[in-house]
Amino acid sequence: MQKIGVFVCWCGSNIAATVDVKAVVDAVSHEPGVVYATDYQYMCSEGGQSQIRQAIKDFGLTGIVVCSCSPRMHESTFRKTAISAGLNPYMVEIANIREQCSWIHKDREDATEKAIILARTAVAKLNLNRPLTPGESPVVKRALVIGGGIAGIQSALDIAEAGYEVDIVEKSPTIGGKMAQLDKTFPTLDCAACILTPKMVDAASNENINLYTYSEVEDVSGFVGNFTVKIRKKARSINADICSGCGVCTEKCPSRKAKDEFNMGLSNRGAIYIPFAQAIPNVPVIDREQCIKFKTGKCGLCEMNCPAGAIDFKQQDELVERQYGAIIVATGFKPISLENFDEFSYSQCPDVITSLELERIMNAAGPTKGKLLRPSDNTPPRTMVFVQCVGSRDTSGCGKTYCSKICCMYTAKHAMLIKEKYPDIDVHVFYIDVRTPGKNFDEFYRRAVEEYGVNYIKGMVGKVAERNGKLLVQGSDLLADDQIIIEADMVVLATAIEPDESARNLATMLTASIDTNDFFTEAHPKLRPVESPTAGVYLSGVCQGPKDIPETVAQASAAAAKVIGLLAKDKLRSNPCVASSNEMLCNGCSTCENVCPYGAISYVSKEIRSAGKMEVRRVAEVNEAICQGCGACTVVCPSGAMDLKGFTNKQIMAEVDAICR
Amino acid sequence: MQRIFGLIKDRVGALLADGTVDRVIGWEKGEFLYDHTPAIFNAEDDLVDLVYDGFCASNLSKYLIDESKKDGKILALLKPCDTYNFNQLIKEHRINRDNVYVLGIECRGMLDIDKIRALGIKGIEKVEEQGDELYIQTIYGDKTCKRNEVLLEKCINCKGKEHVAYDELVTSGEDIPQVESNRFEDVEKLEAMTSDERFAFWRGELSKCIRCNACRNVCPICSCVECVFDNKDSVVASKANTDEFEENLFHIIRAFHVAGRCTDCGECSRVCPQGIPLHLLNRKIIKDINEFYGEYQAGQDTNSLGPLTDFTKEDVEPSIITEKGGEK
Ligand SMILES: Cc1cc2nc3c(=O)[nH]c(=O)nc-3n(C[C@H](O)[C@H](O)[C@H](O)COP(=O)(O)OP(=O)(O)OC[C@H]3O[C@@H](n4cnc5c(N)ncnc54)[C@H](O)[C@@H]3O)c2cc1C
Ligand code: SF4
Ligand code: SF4
Ligand code: SF4
Ligand code: SF4
Ligand code: SF4
Repeated sequence: MQKIGVFVCWCGSNIAATVDVKAVVDAVSHEPGVVYATDYQYMCSEGGQSQIRQAIKDFGLTGIVVCSCSPRMHESTFRKTAISAGLNPYMVEIANIREQCSWIHKDREDATEKAIILARTAVAKLNLNRPLTPGESPVVKRALVIGGGIAGIQSALDIAEAGYEVDIVEKSPTIGGKMAQLDKTFPTLDCAACILTPKMVDAASNENINLYTYSEVEDVSGFVGNFTVKIRKKARSINADICSGCGVCTEKCPSRKAKDEFNMGLSNRGAIYIPFAQAIPNVPVIDREQCIKFKTGKCGLCEMNCPAGAIDFKQQDELVERQYGAIIVATGFKPISLENFDEFSYSQCPDVITSLELERIMNAAGPTKGKLLRPSDNTPPRTMVFVQCVGSRDTSGCGKTYCSKICCMYTAKHAMLIKEKYPDIDVHVFYIDVRTPGKNFDEFYRRAVEEYGVNYIKGMVGKVAERNGKLLVQGSDLLADDQIIIEADMVVLATAIEPDESARNLATMLTASIDTNDFFTEAHPKLRPVESPTAGVYLSGVCQGPKDIPETVAQASAAAAKVIGLLAKDKLRSNPCVASSNEMLCNGCSTCENVCPYGAISYVSKEIRSAGKMEVRRVAEVNEAICQGCGACTVVCPSGAMDLKGFTNKQIMAEVDAICR
Repeated sequence: MQRIFGLIKDRVGALLADGTVDRVIGWEKGEFLYDHTPAIFNAEDDLVDLVYDGFCASNLSKYLIDESKKDGKILALLKPCDTYNFNQLIKEHRINRDNVYVLGIECRGMLDIDKIRALGIKGIEKVEEQGDELYIQTIYGDKTCKRNEVLLEKCINCKGKEHVAYDELVTSGEDIPQVESNRFEDVEKLEAMTSDERFAFWRGELSKCIRCNACRNVCPICSCVECVFDNKDSVVASKANTDEFEENLFHIIRAFHVAGRCTDCGECSRVCPQGIPLHLLNRKIIKDINEFYGEYQAGQDTNSLGPLTDFTKEDVEPSIITEKGGEK
């Protein structure tokens, strides 16, 4: 029989205002096994903890129940308290009477009744707890960063600086991400390339960093400290070891039909190309769908002209398998497709463009060499209209319900840069709200309005239509309560952003979770913002939620700090709540093996004596170093052979019974 | 039926004689003319007791779990539908395939004695099957009826006449007419009920259960080394025995344990002495699986992952589940 102590926390008034804590103490003290019950204002405080320690000693407690906040908050605190009083930490149960009770109920009587039920449920479970001892597992001292945008680059640089090896896997031919496509960046208006390319070079030259560009993660197995990752290095059709990056091949290539992705399709590129001048690695790639040699067998001009003899049409994809202790996801974003937004005539009118396209047009290395010209006829515009929130904060179902966060600022940036360079252009901005929280952000926006005379109109655009080479923009001016029509030469849509399309697939491989919009979710939105709920997987940049460069870089360094903290350890304590199979009951059916996401289950043939006779049976065995205690196997096992320590079927049944009593 | 029986008997005899197999599992006459029971034949001479006719519904695949562990090779007579369970058991590593010789045998559909009686045919002494006709001798004189009128429920909704596993097939070459049917018809009726009506329906049916365990014992999927309902430590067992409502949950739990594995062989319903339509529980789950995860037939092969133990990116999201099934 256990000797259980129950400690009911008031959490100041957080719990005590809604739950009658004395009534909980009173009710629970009659539960089987309970020898001591008390309440206190703040159980987690030093005073509260020392009461717990004292009671463990005075009453010889074999287990404690703390009725308090969520175990996510303080389970580890109270486990440490238990250890310091000589109690096994797995003899601690938390009844969450705050998040799951006092915070969500108004009626004191109902809340008290529920708190009592939650408390007695924890007691019922604790009566069946057994002390557990964690094992240890080694840490592979290398990190993987998936995505080579500014987020991935920054995380990798920080980890490498701390002395650990890092690999970056980038799916496109170069690192740099979206930032490489930007012209100037708010709020300081320094040129993106000037601040990004040195970092790209640092990453390439750092001996602790290894770049896998034009590569993708194909499979992930293992667990924190010891992931095994399969990386597919797609065939570039170039021998990168001998290519000098001279670029002769890209000039000679006669195929010119492919849309240049880096210029957002505003110009064409060859079948063999280097995305942009400062690309890293500075090695071309052959787009096999466009290459005439691959399509017809004839051509090979690049091969003939390459002074290094680096072209290799026969190159195959290469699969690499490597071990990592930690993984950072930094897969970034893309602008949404505008197919649901016919009203803006984006697909019909070349002069209706997205903001990212405008970045390319304004960029000196862009399709117009930095001159602001209309894509339709290469003439300079006189009047420009910007539309904010295209597909953001959209509850109609066509776009995204969230705020893309960066559009207000970059639209102000665009308007200001245009006014600065071409003061005669009229610039109008349609907005729902202008949101500029952030250091020096509101000042930045006010400069656009006050100094540069950008015309901000509160209201949405209903329709854009082309007439006689002009774009008629119909919108509402909510402040003047008026419908207006502007005859514009160019319309720029501040298009909502969404996670890269690979997020979902990657989340499945990593067993990390994503939200309904496919943004990766953090382990705790406030307290663990750069960790995913899966141990050893961290989040960096826009893949976790919309953010600008300063925020991205801050998060990237935070994720790196977490990784460094992990890699600094030689061994990790493993979770003792692992599965094990009762060989007397196991059918050897492989069902558990099929569902185990970590590959922790294997089979052995064993002689088993049952009902008086010996029999050789195939039975399941769990590798405790690999098992993460997810419990999937215990649910699919029909015969109940599989059970999870710390959460046994019996314990869960006891909890259900205590609730239903 | 006589003809195919002759062909089977000849082949079984030959395989025993030439040493291909050491034992045979088939059927012998039971206490009544309509309850042929599974039996093991160790020698050619014993085959005089072998029978095969419209009353050999029982599925022999389950017996192979134990039989295939013994020394020597056993020949199993499997009807098309039985081979699905055979495959499922292979997939779950329960049968040692090397020790089994599957003789796939032709099946015209098995007969339901209660349906024959329901036609007013009583005092039955002998049933003779000739093609699609049944000639029945009774103490009141000779009667006839159409075979298709008196098929077992599971045979009306037959999965087809193809064997999905065999070492050798024995067929007569005759045409076998298929009965037109929609196996989910009754499930759809249940789905159309309000949840109260459905609850009342199942309470009514399940409370007839006398816990004889016949359904579980006959089920080739319910072949656990030790069933949770026989395991005192499992908590489930003691609960199911204490309270009449929880006892109903025996069936719900069993249905979940066989979910994604049940081949819809219909044995559970066939053997239930209380006439409880257990197959409707299983079929509801099969129907849901088909709708949520794509058409799936358990036992179709021996290597695919079952829909409930496999995760794909095409799996339904919770919102679609509520849209497609349950309360509309
Ligand atoms: C029009 C526009 C203007 C902007 N202007 C500014 C500005 O002025 N100032 C500012 O602070 N911010 C600005 N931003 C925001 C800025 O672009 C982002 O904050 C920043 O790029 C985020 O970096 P990231 O690394 O998270 O994502 P990304 O830049 O998207 O990088 C992600 C990288 O991961 C790669 N990747 C994706 N999936 C995979 C995969 N499965 N495997 C391998 N690699 C993968 C991608 O190819 C890409 O290289 C602007 C954004 C837009 C759209
Ligand atoms: S609890 Fe089971 S399914 Fe989960 S990791 Fe452990 S062995 Fe695998
Ligand atoms: S699911 Fe259960 S019975 Fe089947 S192999 Fe695993 S532990 Fe054994
Ligand atoms: S549950 Fe019934 S229908 Fe399904 S396999 Fe078992 S006996 Fe056959
Ligand atoms: S009811 Fe469940 S535990 Fe019992 S035999 Fe069937 S599958 Fe196994
Ligand atoms: S065969 Fe029928 S009566 Fe017997 S346990 Fe199964 S459902 Fe109950």
